[in-house]
Amino acid sequence: MAERRRVRTFEWSTAIIAAVSIIAGTIVYFRDGSDKFIAILSSDLWLFGGMLPKMAAGCLIAAFVTRLLPREVVARVVGGESGVLGILIAMVMGAVLPGGPLTIFPVAGAFLLLGADVGTAVAFITAWNLLGYNRALIWELPFFGPEFVGWRILIAVPLPIIAGLSARIVARAVASRWGGDQWT
Amino acid sequence: MDLMTIISVLVTVVLWGLVAALALTAAVRSKALFREGMQEGSRDFVVLIPRVLVGVIGSGYVAAVMPQETIGAWIGPNSGLLGIAIATLAGAATPGGAVVGFSVGAAALKGGAGAPQVIAYTTAWSLYTLQRLINWEIHMMAPRVVWLRAFVSLPLPLLAGICAMLLGKP
Repeated sequence: MAERRRVRTFEWSTAIIAAVSIIAGTIVYFRDGSDKFIAILSSDLWLFGGMLPKMAAGCLIAAFVTRLLPREVVARVVGGESGVLGILIAMVMGAVLPGGPLTIFPVAGAFLLLGADVGTAVAFITAWNLLGYNRALIWELPFFGPEFVGWRILIAVPLPIIAGLSARIVARAVASRWGGDQWT
Repeated sequence: MDLMTIISVLVTVVLWGLVAALALTAAVRSKALFREGMQEGSRDFVVLIPRVLVGVIGSGYVAAVMPQETIGAWIGPNSGLLGIAIATLAGAATPGGAVVGFSVGAAALKGGAGAPQVIAYTTAWSLYTLQRLINWEIHMMAPRVVWLRAFVSLPLPLLAGICAMLLGKP
């Protein structure tokens, strides 16, 4: 059974951004004149319009991946792996699996229950945060444009591996110093 | 056409190829699966447009009214490691949903911040979004896993910022 991702129609943070934008736009209009006001609007709309096809594709890919790749399957694939390979697979899954926190954290929790080590779960969540195509396509691209986002993601590729490996080291150090290695 | 435009068009083509492949796979399994996917994907897109649009346009105006000298001095292209550290702290402290972090980051970039500093900012904000940590993560994961993740994530925004600075990109 595919679970629904929830995209809420109203959000407080959007309302606050809208209020701040209207204030800033009014200041620009009266301080710098209507030419400046329109110049900013048209350059931002141009960037936004150019990203719309990618945003639409991102939404459709997310909707289909959610249905075709059940989270139980992801949990089983990653949960059974260990070592550096486990961290790499977790990273790929974190980047590929769409959806919000409601989807991601239960999957990460399931890895731990299925026997994966804590480094795997950390690599998975970090990859979802930094490499998720869903967020990059739908949110980041219209704000920053393809060149910035492309470099940002390229630079972020090693980070989930670093996070996963260091989580593993810290977890071992904690366990040997204070005992207890239960992470579920 | 410059190289970036060609890459951008290619990415769009690949993405829609992926959409077609996924839609076809869903359609082969069942018509209902295909219909649900198309409906949900389209609905999400329509709901997201105004939210992203508000942030994108707003960031342009906010950048225009922000004091460029001050931003440049704190997190400008010449602010170096200190600027990356300041941007990291600001990113970790920024509350709110997806639209907030990216709006602030885009406003800073348009208003004179350096690209490595903005990369450090968005990386820190993605890793630490407090609202998500408190509302979701801490309830759905064992607390010690959450703290461990937060601890090992500390150097990551700095690494990303330094890496961008060394590469001289974007």
